[in-house]
Amino acid sequence: MRRLIYFVLSFVVWLILTWPVVDGRIDVQVVIAGLAASAVVAILFHEMLPKEHHIFVSPIRIFWLVVYMPVFFYSVIAANFDVMYRALHPKMPIRPGIVKIKTKLKTDSGITALANSITLTPGTLTVDVTDDGYLYIHWINVKAEDVEQATKQIAERFEWFIRKIFE
Amino acid sequence: MNDVIGYILISIGILFNLFGCIGLVRFPDVYNRLQAATKCVTLGTILLLVGVAVISANGLMGAKAIVCAVFILITSPTAAHAIAKGAYASGVPLWDKSVIDKYGEEKKDETAKTQRA
Repeated sequence: MRRLIYFVLSFVVWLILTWPVVDGRIDVQVVIAGLAASAVVAILFHEMLPKEHHIFVSPIRIFWLVVYMPVFFYSVIAANFDVMYRALHPKMPIRPGIVKIKTKLKTDSGITALANSITLTPGTLTVDVTDDGYLYIHWINVKAEDVEQATKQIAERFEWFIRKIFE
Repeated sequence: MNDVIGYILISIGILFNLFGCIGLVRFPDVYNRLQAATKCVTLGTILLLVGVAVISANGLMGAKAIVCAVFILITSPTAAHAIAKGAYASGVPLWDKSVIDKYGEEKKDETAKTQRA
């Protein structure tokens, strides 16, 4: 069943990317190549995709995902201006270091989403994740060195949304 | 009208890519450079693709550009983690003015423990 879902998904992506309709006629070669490629993807990689795929059909989670998007993009844009300021400033005001934060998220896809959000937001880059829920973050401008303070400043604003979406 | 908005988006995207590259050249070590590379280049490239989508309005190219933008948004930070972890594992040092390195400290503790045991 999961293989079928991933087969259909990858075939749809293939269709969007190649669009095999030329002058109103369907290019059979492209469709066959797409079927073969999606079959390979579905067979090889169905175990690598998240186990929690039921979350993508729950309307409440999709609602929170839609709410999260503007928050996320605001942070991404703020991050870009932050990097711009630090890169263009003649004295280069950076104070880098690697800090450790604790997350309360449990599921794999939740932690992945948190790590990716942290990477794309101001001044922080995820370096490693441990099994017991700690993340090592490279911070371009270290403001707090202990675990609680760093967690509060880096992760808290995303964790709330991500728990609503993924857990 | 669509053309104008699209070109503005593409220009902003190229500007952010430029700032990212300036950061890439100026920052002192791998980890700081990765910060510049992931953030600016991700948003810059996404803005380029959205600009293309706006210009081509409801054309096919727009759909392709949006799909590519989503892929970049997911894969770019993941690749950055892989590079950062790989760099650390192969012993690339932090910049000598870095204030703190929890990761290195705890790695050292672990190796000390295993050596004692």
